[in-house]
Amino acid sequence: MTPARPPSHEQMTADLLRPLLRTTWRFFLLAAVCTAPVLAGLVAWATQAYYGFGVTGLGWPVYWGFYITSFVFWIGISHAGTLISAILRLVDAGWRRPVTRCAEAITAFSLIIGAMFPLIHLGRPWLAFWLAPYPSERMLWPNFRSPLVWDFFAINTYLTGSLLFLALPMIPDFATVRDNSTGVRRRIYGVLALGWRGSSAQWHRLETAMAIMAIAIVPVAVSVHTIVSFDFSMAPVPMWQSTIFGPYFVAGAIFSGIAGLIIAMALLRRFLHLEAYLLPLHFDNLGRLLLVMSLLWAYFVFNERLVTYYGNEPSDMAVFWRTQRLSFAPLYWTMVTCNFLVPLVLLGVRRFRTISGCVTASVAVVVGMWLERFLIIVPSLGHKFLPYSHGSYRPTPIEIVIAFSTFAAMALLYVLFTKLVPIISIWEMKAGATADTVRS
Amino acid sequence: MSAIYGLYPDAAAAQAAVDGLRAAGVAGPDITVLTSFPMDGCRFFDDGSDDRVRRRMWTMAGGGGLTGLTAAFALSWVAETSWPLSVGGLPVFAWWPNLIIMFELTMLGAMLATVVTLVVGARLGRRVTLYDPEVSRGHILVGIERPDRDRIAALTRALAAPAGARLGGNAGA
Repeated sequence: MTPARPPSHEQMTADLLRPLLRTTWRFFLLAAVCTAPVLAGLVAWATQAYYGFGVTGLGWPVYWGFYITSFVFWIGISHAGTLISAILRLVDAGWRRPVTRCAEAITAFSLIIGAMFPLIHLGRPWLAFWLAPYPSERMLWPNFRSPLVWDFFAINTYLTGSLLFLALPMIPDFATVRDNSTGVRRRIYGVLALGWRGSSAQWHRLETAMAIMAIAIVPVAVSVHTIVSFDFSMAPVPMWQSTIFGPYFVAGAIFSGIAGLIIAMALLRRFLHLEAYLLPLHFDNLGRLLLVMSLLWAYFVFNERLVTYYGNEPSDMAVFWRTQRLSFAPLYWTMVTCNFLVPLVLLGVRRFRTISGCVTASVAVVVGMWLERFLIIVPSLGHKFLPYSHGSYRPTPIEIVIAFSTFAAMALLYVLFTKLVPIISIWEMKAGATADTVRS
Repeated sequence: MSAIYGLYPDAAAAQAAVDGLRAAGVAGPDITVLTSFPMDGCRFFDDGSDDRVRRRMWTMAGGGGLTGLTAAFALSWVAETSWPLSVGGLPVFAWWPNLIIMFELTMLGAMLATVVTLVVGARLGRRVTLYDPEVSRGHILVGIERPDRDRIAALTRALAAPAGARLGGNAGA
């Protein structure tokens, strides 16, 4: 699995700085391909802001559709990075080194994208500041007993923590870029490096800070998706008021997050030629983790379904059968196939757990988890307790374009990030290689 | 000359340079060792400061957490009592939901305090007086800032002694 001769320190520096120091036409092409859907999404959002919510499929009784689905989905994807990276740091897993920054970047960008959706969903995004608790002349404070306000605090805490968790270990690498470049780039990275020189005292403080951050960020990450689940479980809506929703959402978030991370790593490996750093071993380890999360996800779904079935409460059962046998059944069984059957076969059978197998399973999981969020939201809202509140939802092109454009936005942010920051931590790789040499 | 230093190809040579400087009467905290990655297996010198620093950073993080907790309590108290709304039969100041806000701001306070402690303690953002870009290319720098004029010759000898040493004087990034 591992190459006989790992790259030397000089080779590591050269390989990992190459994407920053050399720009080819492929970069501009890729950036343009990603930018086009983002622009389309912005135009769609502007159209919605101008004409109002009438251009969407949202309306009585389904007021949460593609936007809240995407919100929950992206917040879930964000669990790829900081949480996994923090856990791997805390257990000192040596194989984490090439993975952590790829993962932490996913967290930062998917949180930013996820946090956009409540603003898009507001209809009047320019009034978003009303959500912030500040003493205004209206003397009206946000309702602190609302899960939506808990979201505001949780997501902002997680976003701040994740950005810091991503940024701190970048400082020594900025110093490396500074020392290996000239002109304006040297001046810019000189500022970003904050005068880093790599003294023993600086390293010790950085590693202690990362340990504290890792310990602090794990419970915050768990709390974020638990609180997102509270948006649903605190509401008297069929199949929503469930005590299992907190851990169910957290498990689903980590599940989709790992899938997102595997896809990102495979693309980076291919396009940035990082075959010597992102090894089959990393995909194998993450593939196993994805398989475990797939089984955990299936366990939660089984629990949720079985308890609802035994409860036999009419309103719950109406939603239950809508998803399993009636109008939403095709989506439901696609979700089960994508989230359970495909990973079970591709990741459970050792022969199939190759890089291609892991990526295929991950793509299926991303699709399946988006469907899962959709199936939690729409069937329940469209079939509440009394017949007068029954209805349907059909997304309009505006919603579809906006939801699709966020995938392009994620790709664009990632492409730009790899252009500005070494996507694999150079100093951590060197430290790991030295530690391996000492051990051997 | 505001600094003298040597560049070494490996940790053993750097350790020899540090030992030479210690033998020449230089105190551990006055010796600067710069590396391009943390060399956990190497103890160039141990003055016991690592534990002190670790304790201080944890204490500061705890202090930041307490500050966040206090701020969250004050914010939720002021917000809820300033405009008392009756929601779902909950009390105006409801502990269970407020615990969520308090938890989040406690952790935020701890994380921000950690970063501030790092920036201040690691002297980030300040002018660098002793540095050489060769450190980024894998060399280990051992040096002394503002050495005594009369001892420069002895210190230079100590720095030059290990195999593969390259001497330099005064650099800034």
